[in-house]
Amino acid sequence: MYNFDFVKPTTLQDAIAALSRDEAMPLAGGQTLIPSMKQRLAAPSVLVSLTGIPELKGVCRADDGAVCIGAATTHAEIARETAAIYPAIAALAGGIGDPAVRNRGTIGGSLANNDPSACWPAGVLGSGATIVTNTRQIAADDFFQGMFTTALEPGEIITEIRFPVPEAAAYAKFEQPASRFALTGAFVAKFADGVRVAITGASEGGVFRWREAEEALGASFSPEAVDGLSVSADGMIGDLHGTPEYRANLVRVMTRRAVARAQ
Amino acid sequence: MPQVTMTVNGRQVMREVEGRTLLVQFLREGLGLTGTHVGCDTSQCGACVVHVDGKAVKSCTMLAAEADGAEVTTIEGVTPADGGMNPVQKAFQDHHGLQCGFCTPGMVMTATALLAENPRPSPQEIRDALEGNICRCTGYHNIVKAILAASGQDVSALAAE
Ligand SMILES: Cc1cc2nc3c(=O)[nH]c(=O)nc-3n(C[C@H](O)[C@H](O)[C@H](O)COP(=O)(O)OP(=O)(O)OC[C@H]3O[C@@H](n4cnc5c(N)ncnc54)[C@H](O)[C@@H]3O)c2cc1C
Ligand code: FES
Ligand code: FES
Repeated sequence: MYNFDFVKPTTLQDAIAALSRDEAMPLAGGQTLIPSMKQRLAAPSVLVSLTGIPELKGVCRADDGAVCIGAATTHAEIARETAAIYPAIAALAGGIGDPAVRNRGTIGGSLANNDPSACWPAGVLGSGATIVTNTRQIAADDFFQGMFTTALEPGEIITEIRFPVPEAAAYAKFEQPASRFALTGAFVAKFADGVRVAITGASEGGVFRWREAEEALGASFSPEAVDGLSVSADGMIGDLHGTPEYRANLVRVMTRRAVARAQ
Repeated sequence: MPQVTMTVNGRQVMREVEGRTLLVQFLREGLGLTGTHVGCDTSQCGACVVHVDGKAVKSCTMLAAEADGAEVTTIEGVTPADGGMNPVQKAFQDHHGLQCGFCTPGMVMTATALLAENPRPSPQEIRDALEGNICRCTGYHNIVKAILAASGQDVSALAAE
């Protein structure tokens, strides 16, 4: 790992100022960034830690009922603090990696990274959440723009994620047993005005909404509703863990399991 | 170079570190606390698990500078001051929860954090907690048994497997 200047501001304002320096990057839990820096895939000259900024941490409830999660809140804290208010999100957070990863890794870091097999992109897109940054609010539908690509501008920091709470929801992940990431995962959420289904781990384009399933589940919210559907293997990820056809099949299987769990 | 101050195993230490110094390097090379191991250096194996403010973390994937002001506990710090072993370590010995012992410091630190949060875990909960700790020798069975025993639960049903 190349050396860098380390700064740990205590306010968002100071963090944004520090990030305007040349080749500066934010550091959250470091569970993705530190391994990338060891491999020299990332070599920032300044690392701006977001872990000392109180306004980026914690879970609260907005007036409209939305669950608001600070971007630098760890997976472990989210699992604990959303268990009573949005259990599907708590279960997703509690199933990420292992306890040590959950004690450091954050929701903001996961979303900014947008790994095509990560869990949070499915929870956020499936919930129709809003990503709040230091400059604007971005709808989940506009935020994820393909593998490791998001709508974030250089120097822009995610500050909060706002989740509307559905009537019923669940996440089902088929784990890649070595990494614990999703070989394919489905997040299903039923709202008064429709159902959202977000799939991670399957597509070369990263997380996506499975519209046919949303329609079928909108008509009948039951596991059987997706039985007749199929997904094309075109554009699905193929690697040593599974072929595109295998993942395409998992999309339906995991969606079915998520719906059964949400009943 | 940034200066960090932290409490390691109850003792306050102050050192200059580079930005890139990992917590595990700081502990092993800076303080000579070589009980914390480096197995993979890629946050997979858990040999480097220590507690930072009471939480289990992989010290190969945390910067020393991030631990400024924190309370850090390593395997050396859970051992009673008069020598000997704490109940989790003793249970690993009694139930043959180790062979080569390379993974053991990380296993004990993860188990200790688990028992602090969940004093009577089920065998499945123990296995889930050990998700990020790899052992190449034991096959895990005796590690699970040791942790179950350390929690004061009956291990006879497990022993038969
Ligand atoms: C062994 C292991 C198992 C894992 N298993 C899973 C799993 O099952 N499912 C899963 O989803 N993930 C998994 N992960 C990834 C984990 O969830 C990471 O914590 C997460 O992807 C990155 O979060 P972080 O806080 O560590 O971010 P960092 O590594 O600190 O940062 C990641 C990137 O995001 C940027 N960034 C961080 N915070 C912000 C912000 N607020 N605004 C803008 N940019 C920001 C950084 O500059 C960097 O580019 C695993 C990781 C490991 C090591
Ligand atoms: S050495 Fe840290 S997880 Fe393997
Ligand atoms: S005892 Fe050898 S690696 Fe676990």
